[in-house]
Amino acid sequence: MIWQPLILSLQVTVLASPMIFIVGLSVGIFLARKQFPGQIFVSTLFNLPLVLPPSVVGYFLLLALGRGSPVKEWLGIDLLFTWQAGAIASTVVALPLMVESTRAAIANVNPELEAAARTLGSTEWEVLRRITIPTAYRGILAGFGLSVARGLGEFGATLMVAGNIPGRTQTLPLAIYDAVQMQRYGLANVMVLIMTTIALVLLWWVRQLEAQQSQSQQQQPVENNHHETHRRYSKTAPPLRSRS
Amino acid sequence: MKLIVDIQKQLPHYDLEVSFTVERQTLGILGSSGSGKSMTLRCIAGIEIPTRGTIVLNERILYDSHQGTNLPSRDRQVGFLFQNYALFPHLTVAQNIAYGLKKLSQNAVKRYVTLQLEQLKLKGLGDRYPHQLSGGQQQRVALARALAPKPDVLLLDEPFSALDTHLRSKLEKQLLKTLSNYKGLTLFVSHNLEEAYRVCQKLLVLDQGKVVAAGNKQAIFGRPSTLAVAQLTGCKNYARIQPLDHHTIYALDWNCTLQTADSVSSFHTHIGIRAHQITFLDILNQHHTQPNTFSAWVVWTSETPHRMTIYLKLGKPPTDTDDYHIEAEVFKEKWERLKDRPMPWFIGLDTSRLLLLRQ
Repeated sequence: MIWQPLILSLQVTVLASPMIFIVGLSVGIFLARKQFPGQIFVSTLFNLPLVLPPSVVGYFLLLALGRGSPVKEWLGIDLLFTWQAGAIASTVVALPLMVESTRAAIANVNPELEAAARTLGSTEWEVLRRITIPTAYRGILAGFGLSVARGLGEFGATLMVAGNIPGRTQTLPLAIYDAVQMQRYGLANVMVLIMTTIALVLLWWVRQLEAQQSQSQQQQPVENNHHETHRRYSKTAPPLRSRS
Repeated sequence: MKLIVDIQKQLPHYDLEVSFTVERQTLGILGSSGSGKSMTLRCIAGIEIPTRGTIVLNERILYDSHQGTNLPSRDRQVGFLFQNYALFPHLTVAQNIAYGLKKLSQNAVKRYVTLQLEQLKLKGLGDRYPHQLSGGQQQRVALARALAPKPDVLLLDEPFSALDTHLRSKLEKQLLKTLSNYKGLTLFVSHNLEEAYRVCQKLLVLDQGKVVAAGNKQAIFGRPSTLAVAQLTGCKNYARIQPLDHHTIYALDWNCTLQTADSVSSFHTHIGIRAHQITFLDILNQHHTQPNTFSAWVVWTSETPHRMTIYLKLGKPPTDTDDYHIEAEVFKEKWERLKDRPMPWFIGLDTSRLLLLRQ
């Protein structure tokens, strides 16, 4: 009874994590480095899941994946009410955290470092791979940890697109809801404990990374104009700056 | 080796307009902060794009607005030493130095890095990270990194500004030694006159984005022709003038008539004299036989470790501490002999030391 939702949650996370990482990193880099018309619109769009009710996100996903959508009609893939749909819901809901963290971390990289790499013969791709991402990696990983934690706890949108089918799409958060509904508090307690522990560990790791990042940035004075946005998303867990 | 730069760039506060040619020697670009000297270097390196103009290095066109050529930084073969060194924090010292060495085999890279570390007295530091080094060591690593790909031109952007004073002269010596082995051209940006004077043979003086003087350093420092250059080369005393005849002027701000060795032209607007070139005449010898001798009162003094700056008022006693005409600079020993003399003192503004300046 407890293993099935746990395994499903892990399955969803394992599928959602690379999607969060790849899409979030690409979009974050793009938003930090490219100036283009409609930039604010695009970044707003990627932030939307953060403020929309999960049911609204779920509804949009139903439109995107369900009958009449390109995925269903052209590709013939029916994702609705599968755990894969749950992974997509997790990804979409967690993406804003990854995008914003990446963008802030990349924007904080000292532009002189990149300029230096270019004068030493690096192409733009090499600069990104050898200088920008390695210098910002702690911020990127922190965002990733935060997003995975968020995706793991996804409830509303998952319910809309994947349903709550025990053994097939019922992840831990949904199973907890069911257990409480059926007044099986013993089971609920165990699952709540598991969820809380995982979330605690992930957040602790994120804080650790953030502290290291701010330390290494003190060694390398840089202009940081994106700190405001970064702080906004840290509201759920205020930044812990080590001063040692 | 030849670098031709002729560029214009629109900046928020002024337009940068620089044009010069360098062959072989080290060119110093001198100017106060915000005069456009760093921007000039960044345009040459391809970090910034000029609005118009051309940059040609050894007949390779790096930038040409007419042809629409703008070579990316990576293809320019330009070495850049950044003000804060911009060492890659996630790479070791050895990796930093080797960063620009691409076409070499791993063994050749290793050999090169070892040799560099030895020459720059950084032996044994190859595995350290930049933040574990002192400022002086960081600067040497940055220099080695910039020189590793054998660039045609080396751009030094205020290379000593982030260092403590006592380190500067040591590193300056080291830099001059390294540069003497370097085959390419060097451009050295500084706001420190003495440093630029020591390191470079030729100077380019920038003010508000415009070249106000260019040529041999001796000529620029010895005979500055404009007020801006005189100020930038450290001349402290100026006065507006009214020409009286070919070798006589009236200094409006000092209320005195001065004779000059150079002949006065209608375009001269100011007169200047450097603080250390003012002479103090002995009391016994005050017969006013020499021209340009004036009575002077000490208004106030300011002390530095080895020198004394004396603010003087000519002709009559001062009313308050802001009421002075000229500042003179003397060594402490001289000050010891001067300080107990009764007022007024007698000072001489040597005719051959007076600088006739244009606005």
